[in-house]
Parts: sequence; structure tokens; C-alpha cells
Amino acid sequence: MENNNKESPVMVDGLRKSFGAQAVLNGITLSVAKGEILSVLGRSGTGKSVLLRLLIGLDKPDAGSIRMNGEEITQLGPEKLNEARRNIGFLFQQAALYDSLSLEANVEFPLLRHLKQAEGNPRERARELLASVGLDKDLKKMPSQISGGMKKRVALARALALNPAVVLFDEPTAGLDPITAAEIGQLIVDLGKQRGMTSIVVTHDMHAAKYFSNRLVLLSAGTIVVDGTFDDLQKSTNEFAKRFLSDSA
Amino acid sequence: MDDTPIAITQPVVKFLEWFGDFGKFCWRVAGAIFNWPFEAEEFLHQLDVIGSKSLPLVALAGGATGVVLSLQTRESLTRFGAKSVLPAVIIFSLIKETGPIITGLVVSGRVGAGIGAELGSMSVTEQIDAMAVSGVNPDKYLAATRILACLVALPLLTLAADAAGILMGWIATTLAEPTSLSLFLNNGLKGVRFSDFLPPTLKTALFGLIIGTVSSFQGMNTRGGTEGVGRSATSSVVLSSLFIILADVVVVRLIIALYP
Repeated sequence: MENNNKESPVMVDGLRKSFGAQAVLNGITLSVAKGEILSVLGRSGTGKSVLLRLLIGLDKPDAGSIRMNGEEITQLGPEKLNEARRNIGFLFQQAALYDSLSLEANVEFPLLRHLKQAEGNPRERARELLASVGLDKDLKKMPSQISGGMKKRVALARALALNPAVVLFDEPTAGLDPITAAEIGQLIVDLGKQRGMTSIVVTHDMHAAKYFSNRLVLLSAGTIVVDGTFDDLQKSTNEFAKRFLSDSA
Repeated sequence: MDDTPIAITQPVVKFLEWFGDFGKFCWRVAGAIFNWPFEAEEFLHQLDVIGSKSLPLVALAGGATGVVLSLQTRESLTRFGAKSVLPAVIIFSLIKETGPIITGLVVSGRVGAGIGAELGSMSVTEQIDAMAVSGVNPDKYLAATRILACLVALPLLTLAADAAGILMGWIATTLAEPTSLSLFLNNGLKGVRFSDFLPPTLKTALFGLIIGTVSSFQGMNTRGGTEGVGRSATSSVVLSSLFIILADVVVVRLIIALYP
């Protein structure tokens, strides 16, 4: 068990976070194995996105431990945190592309600052990444000139730029048509298979979660009520899980 | 239950919180400026956006001030029989106070609103968070570059405002009573000392520091969508202008004490 934990790139223990009097996360404990795709489900406002923000150090927890790739994120200073973030990719719900930069420059941005000379040319690497998400013809376009689905794909290319060990996805299929959502879902699955990346996906989309996840957790009132496979969720006797599943059908 | 204590203490607490957060922000940015490597490309880009793109407006404001000074003081000086000192009054007024303060306020309006709105928009669309998760320090890339660009640009823009003011002051004067430019300059600059020119010009670096830090702080702490962006743009201008005026009072007193 201890050996297993040492190999887990994501380990969370007793995580608590409140905003004012409202407790959003109330003692979350979970670990995610290498190459695993974990979906985090739950109603709006149950702290799913907050969990992702805590995992990458954008917010500080009130209590608890977060170990990402072996480093205790909660204890790191700004410089060490920046170093640790090189190994973590993050796909934002609204893509969050830099709107003053072209698509190519968006992907190149982290590479210019972190890619060592021996690791290759940032521009070539950015073009390769954009080609891998099917956008090699739109390198010079600006974010305002492309669709929501294309923005998500560029953001995915940017999140993968530094070849992170863990990728966090915040609602990757939200607001997309079913075909584009399926394409994004397929990209997540391919990433896990080809690169052995560990993925944590926050989503409302039960069908997508069933398709690309190895495992899912269901959050309610700041705690995990189900942790297992889709079958485990279906067999759960928890009232909230039953209702969540029936309403999603 | 009387709500008066809360009604009084809440704004005071908010006011103190703002200063506390602003102080922490300044400390972080100061650390980021000295953290190698320096974002030279972004700094030069901001110098262009803040400096060269403000030049026409600053020159226009300086020029208009020169014309107004000439028109207003001419009549008064004639009344007191001191018309010959008109060039000196225009030049002294421009280089010692009017040029620097006009430049500070004009740039705080144009650049302060721009920085507040741009960083505010980046903040509400999570672009600043995206930068942080890419392992790039937003304080260093976004704030430090803008603050340094303001700091460098303001004294240079002040020179432009002074020059435009003197030139337009001469044109207004010569339209009323033809005078050559060299005579106007000779008369005006005759009593000007180094200490009359350099400290007031360099004090605008402080105005630049104020515009850069206040606007970056307001922008990067924007909350509440597009409404929040509007609030940040407005508060950047209002606070920058207010602090510039207050700083000017202190710095002028300091200059008088150091260069009596």
C-alpha cells in the first residue's frame, strides 16, 4: 500500500477549503495512479473546480495535504511552485487563451520560458503540438477568430506543451457540440495511452465521463460519496448518487 | 441593534485591507523585477504602448498649456509692466510644475485605464491564472514590465510636454507680438538652473511608478466579470491621479528643501 502511494502522482489527504462561512471541500482524500483518468462529478458549486485550483496551487487550502508528482504543493514558495507547475498541465473551462497572441504564440509561450536549448526549438514544438490537435493550418489566427471547440484544442496543446506528468481538465466538453466533445474526449483517452499521462477531469457530462474515465468520484456537500468505476456508481446505495445518476440519464 | 459601528468600521477595514494587499503586491513585484531572466521583449513592447503611443496626447496637452499660459499671463504681466518676463514665466511654469503634473495626469488617464482594463479583462477570463499554471510569474511578466515601462516613459514624455509647451507658448506670444524663437528662449532660459529642470522632470518617474503599480494591482485583482473590468479601469485612473497629486505635494516640498 505504501509503495503504491509513493508511485501515485496525485495524492490528496484531508483537504478542506471554505469561502467565508461556506465549506466547499470538507476533508477530501484521494490518490490517482500513474496513467489513470479520473473523472470528478457532482452538482454545480460542490467544489470540483476548486479542487483543481487547489491541486495546481492557484488557491491555498485551509487544511490538508496535496502531493503532486511527489512534491507537497501547499508548502512551496512562488519559485518552487512555478517549477512544480511545469509538470502539471491545466485546461481551463473557457480555454483562457491569451487574446493578444496568435494560436502559435499561445502554445509557444510556456515553451519559450521553460524549454532548454537541447530539448528542441520552441516554435517547431508549438507547431507539432497544434498539428497533433488538428490545427496546423491556423497557426497565425488570433483566438477571437476561432470557435469554442478550436479554442479548447489550442488550450489543450498549450497544456501539453511542457509534457506534463499530470493534466487537469476543467469541464473540457462544456459548451461544445457532441462531435467536438467526442473529439476532445478521444484526445484525453489518447493522451493517457500514448504518453502515460495522469488525468483528472472535472465534468458534468456523465456520458463523456463514462467514455474516457478509468475511475470516477462523485462529490456531494464537500465530501466524496462514491469512488470507483462507473459500475460502482450504478450499484451505489447512496441517495445522492442514485438521484445524480437518474437525473443524468 | 445599532448598525452604526459596523457601518463605520467596514469601510475603514476595507481601506486598510486595500493598503495591506497593495503593499504585499508591491513587495512581490519588487522581488520579481530582480529575478533573472528579465522579460526584455515585453518591457520594450510596453515601452512602445505606454511611451510612444502616449506621445501625441502628451505633446498636445503640453502645447495647449503653453498657449494658455501665454494668453493668461500676458495680460497680467502687461498690467504690472513686466511683459518682458513673459518667456521666463512660461518656461519656468512649464518645466517646474505644469509640464510634469500635466504629463502625469494625462498618462494616468490614458495608460492607467488601459492597464486596468487589459489586466482586468485577463483576470476575469482566467488568462492570468493560465499564465501562472504555465510556470510563468504574472507579477513579473505583466506587472513588472508595465511598471518599469511607466517609470522610464514618464520623464521622457515630460520632456516632450515641456518642449511642446515652450514651442506653442512662443507661437502664441509671437502671434500677439512678433518675437524670434532664439530671443524667446534666451530670455526664458536666462535664469534657469539645473536644479529648476532636473528634479521636477525626474519626479515624474515616481508618477510613472504610481500609475504602473496602482493600475496593475487594480487590474490583476479584478473580480465580477465585465462590470468588474469597468470598475478596475475607473479605479485605476482615479487612484493613480489622486496619488500623483498627493505625491506631487510631498515631492515639491522635498525639492524646495533640497534645492533652496
